[in-house]
Amino acid sequence: MSEPAALSETESGTEADSAGLAVSLRGVTKVYDSGVSALGPFDLDVRKGEFVSLLGPSGCGKSTALRLIAGLNAPTSGTVRVSRPAVEVSGGHSIGFVFQEPTLMPWTNVRENVRLPLKLAHVPAAPANARIDAALAQMGLSEFADAYPRELSGGMKMRVSLARALVTDPDILLMDEPFAALDEITRFRLNNDLLALWRNLRKTVIFVTHSVFESVYLSQRVVVMTSRPGRLGAEIRIDVPEPRGEEFRTSADYAGYCRRVSNALVPSYAGQPGA
Amino acid sequence: MPDSRALRLVRILLPVAVLALGIAAWELVVRLNDIPPYVLPGPSAVFRTLIADWPVLSQSLLTTLVTTLEGFAAAALGGIGLALLFNQSKWLEYSLFPYAVILQVTPVIAVAPLLLIYLPQQTAVIVCAWIVGFFPVLSNTTLGLNSVDRNLAGLFRLYGASRLQTLCYLKLPAALPFILGGLRIAGGLSLIGAVVAEIAAGSAGAGSGLAYRIAESGYRLNIPRMFAALLLLSAAGIVIYGLLALTSHLVLRRWHESALGKEN
Repeated sequence: MSEPAALSETESGTEADSAGLAVSLRGVTKVYDSGVSALGPFDLDVRKGEFVSLLGPSGCGKSTALRLIAGLNAPTSGTVRVSRPAVEVSGGHSIGFVFQEPTLMPWTNVRENVRLPLKLAHVPAAPANARIDAALAQMGLSEFADAYPRELSGGMKMRVSLARALVTDPDILLMDEPFAALDEITRFRLNNDLLALWRNLRKTVIFVTHSVFESVYLSQRVVVMTSRPGRLGAEIRIDVPEPRGEEFRTSADYAGYCRRVSNALVPSYAGQPGA
Repeated sequence: MPDSRALRLVRILLPVAVLALGIAAWELVVRLNDIPPYVLPGPSAVFRTLIADWPVLSQSLLTTLVTTLEGFAAAALGGIGLALLFNQSKWLEYSLFPYAVILQVTPVIAVAPLLLIYLPQQTAVIVCAWIVGFFPVLSNTTLGLNSVDRNLAGLFRLYGASRLQTLCYLKLPAALPFILGGLRIAGGLSLIGAVVAEIAAGSAGAGSGLAYRIAESGYRLNIPRMFAALLLLSAAGIVIYGLLALTSHLVLRRWHESALGKEN
């Protein structure tokens, strides 16, 4: 399972660094053991501090691309480069990953769930506690530190998942349809919180979604992918000054971008049965 | 909620009432028909024997309980340990699992006499209890270790967790409800294994556990003592199950569905 080929590629991060890139994919393909061709060839460059959305229908390989960047799977061919910080902070980790489900450990409370990445990196208790408190405060979870996951709502669980991803202070945040299962009101609030986080912390965010509206609202750039196998369909820059808020969500600009992105999405599912 | 409380009371009172009725009917039948105690003793006679023979029976109860406990401990350690080994190495699992199944499906009553030939008696009895008890622990633990959330496993990989960390912080906690379920079954089975071995050993002429008392009393037509020993065995089984269920509830009550109230 250790897939050494991919690891050696991702470790040589200097090339991506020199161009100011956080992530760089070149000619990446992924064919699963079942013979299903899930991705590629696929190219993607993400600058440091950029917020990019990968948008596409189900099965277009956007989650696969994310898992390849995270190193959870190895590409069948091509190179995946991820920049690493020059100086490793103790207990730091350059990538934070947020799954579609909160993916919390049900047997322990919020604080211990957030502690997990630090515990795995053997960070001593005192500095770990300080960072956990900071991450919890950042996500508005301070009062819920002792709650168990089952006692929390879906939105709160997702906040815990985000706090856990942020506790290692990663440079790159990979998010795999994190808010897809939430109701719209909760999703709007988490969208705003995520944007505020991104403005303050200037992390690189790669955000997988199948919502046109979410992708336009959040990102600086929307990458539209086509289906089976997943390829780059179109790229649309969302040139709207920060900070974005409710005015943007209801503006004509926003509607215009949504129309453009929707139109770009049409070829990706045209001619697909049952789409 | 007066309704649910009343329902709970009824659920406790009903079986107690049935027990009382059954005992009364039994006593009545024995007295009315003048059945001699060596055919069928009444409940009062059984109870009197329980008190009168308490010095002998309590000793036997202790012996059987110790055997059960040792067999249960061996089953728990063996089952969990083997499951952990299987989880770390597929090769080991493929090589050994069929034999675990064979050990399970071969009736222990048939194996016990053989074990008594080759092993010292006390060891043979414990081995019998172990054979019966370890399989549910093994198969439940294996199921639990394989039921880990895939995304959580991915997360552990992302953060570079070692095998030991993955085992201690992810696999074992995730498997805990399954392990406890296996232990609950193994508790009762260990008692059965101990009894079976004692009976096999007893007929070979040695031993002093409760099952041996039952066999011995049978030869001597001391039927009241048979019933008294049986009563103690039953009570021992209930207590073992109750203790394990309580442990399971206390360990899981904060997080696992099985231990949560319905209204949650």
